[in-house]
Amino acid sequence: MVENRPLTAFLTHLVLILGVLAIALPVWITFVAATHDQLRMNQAPLPLWPGDHFLVNMKQTLFGSGLSGTETAPVWLMLLNSLAMALMISTGKIAISLLSAFAIVYFKFPFRMTFFWMIFITLMLPVEVRILPTFEVVANLGMLNSYWGLSVPLIASATATFMFRQVFLTVPDELLESARIDGAGPLRFFFDILLPLSRTNIAALFVILFIFGWNQYLWPLLITTDTSMTTIVMSIKQMLEAAEQSPQWNIIMTTALLAMIPPVFVVIAMQKLFVQGLTETDK
Amino acid sequence: MLKRVHFPTSALPYLLVAPQIAITLVFFLWPASQAMYQSFLIEDAFGLGTEFVWFENFEVLATDPHYLASFQRTAVFSLLVAALSMGVALILAGFAQRVVRGAMFYRTMLIWPYAVAPVLAGALWVFMFNPTLGIFPYFLEFAGITWNHYLNGTQAMALVILAAAWKQVAYNFLFYLAAMQSIPNSVIEAAAIDGAGPARRFWTIIFPLISPTTFFLLVINMVYAFFETFGIIHAVTQGGPGTSTTILVYKVFNDGFVGLDLGGSAAQSVVLMVLVIAMTVVQFRFVERKVAY
Repeated sequence: MVENRPLTAFLTHLVLILGVLAIALPVWITFVAATHDQLRMNQAPLPLWPGDHFLVNMKQTLFGSGLSGTETAPVWLMLLNSLAMALMISTGKIAISLLSAFAIVYFKFPFRMTFFWMIFITLMLPVEVRILPTFEVVANLGMLNSYWGLSVPLIASATATFMFRQVFLTVPDELLESARIDGAGPLRFFFDILLPLSRTNIAALFVILFIFGWNQYLWPLLITTDTSMTTIVMSIKQMLEAAEQSPQWNIIMTTALLAMIPPVFVVIAMQKLFVQGLTETDK
Repeated sequence: MLKRVHFPTSALPYLLVAPQIAITLVFFLWPASQAMYQSFLIEDAFGLGTEFVWFENFEVLATDPHYLASFQRTAVFSLLVAALSMGVALILAGFAQRVVRGAMFYRTMLIWPYAVAPVLAGALWVFMFNPTLGIFPYFLEFAGITWNHYLNGTQAMALVILAAAWKQVAYNFLFYLAAMQSIPNSVIEAAAIDGAGPARRFWTIIFPLISPTTFFLLVINMVYAFFETFGIIHAVTQGGPGTSTTILVYKVFNDGFVGLDLGGSAAQSVVLMVLVIAMTVVQFRFVERKVAY
């Protein structure tokens, strides 16, 4: 700070604390809803202070039969599905982007630029604008209701390829020269020099992609009809619909809480990598 | 682009790009070309035959009042989401960059909503604004406002805007904070010596210097509001009441998967693709140029 003015400092903290509280309010209300029983959650006004039913709700949500009157998978299975999808998307994206960025930066071969532009164009085709035909392709390949169908169509990524391209371009040429003098082939150079050098970039990207994968909604909604393949994020919508008949808000909000804990935890626990990944991929 | 020193040509680079190119072809380029092809077709009422009609689907769209209204609605929606989330983020970042003690705490507490899925953000807000049970309708009642976003289109729109902006504040905050922290301290100190107070320094120095970030965020927020808010709309209003929150992405989904109007939905997809391409081009051109002073 440039000057020392107690009043401005006080005002600064006041605004920030108000901001933090306003941002946290929806989640606080969700958390409070997850700590009361069903009866209390159906009386207006709703409580603003936590009750003592948190563990009971947690247990019922995770291992119970879900909402009464609905046919859904148990929540622990949905969490597993989400985890599998998020991990497949993030590791898949990183793997294929590393390989193609390596090829584009370190090899001179016919159609190099054609491939580069083909990858670039995926940046402009988010799944939302091509949902129907992509759905048809996946259905024809028999990939509906499978982990492959959930993850593979989302795996191609221009942003990750660009980021690794950028990273590889900053690697000094002398490293390659000396590696070649020492007799290292392309694959050896890739695994022993490039991969270790881009370790932090990979980790930072992984954080972003894990969140991206976990939070997928429209795509899983379309290609999973089997309840055993439901992901936790898409289950919220079904629960909100069911809430019109059986308003078990305590269970619904416990599920919502469970659905956001893993990615939020990742952001908070790996904040440095998260910030790095976000600023690197979007610039 | 290419390294000065590189490996000789062999089959290896083709193998390396093969996975990504295969996925791009099968799941991106082929579906996109299908969408383009389908946008030239009309299927008859029984799904038995299709007819190639050139641009008729687009002509229908261009004269369809529902589609045009949806276009307008999307523009209003995305501008308001961008303005609200960027405005709040700018204020918070402006104060946060002054803080020394507790800076890390504030940053953590303001960026975590980035990780919340849009559909979950929708669920949280729809619960707070539930007309019979929610906290906010209960308090609004004292102010003489009856809240029911299931019946009132304006309130439904306000609710999805709030939910969408809430989630996006985190992202904008992070980028604004980074931009402000990269301004050299000497510039700020010089202004302070000349007698400029904090507010004046913010408006005459900091705000103009971060204008590239503002522009970059504007594009990113528009893209976010256009495409990623599908989950919020789907969970909160399902495009209703009536069509008062049916934005373009929701309409593509609704006409294609619920209404089964394949040609019309494909034509809408193509329009959306053109929009994304335009936004991406704008983003690249201006981010490269960094907005000169």
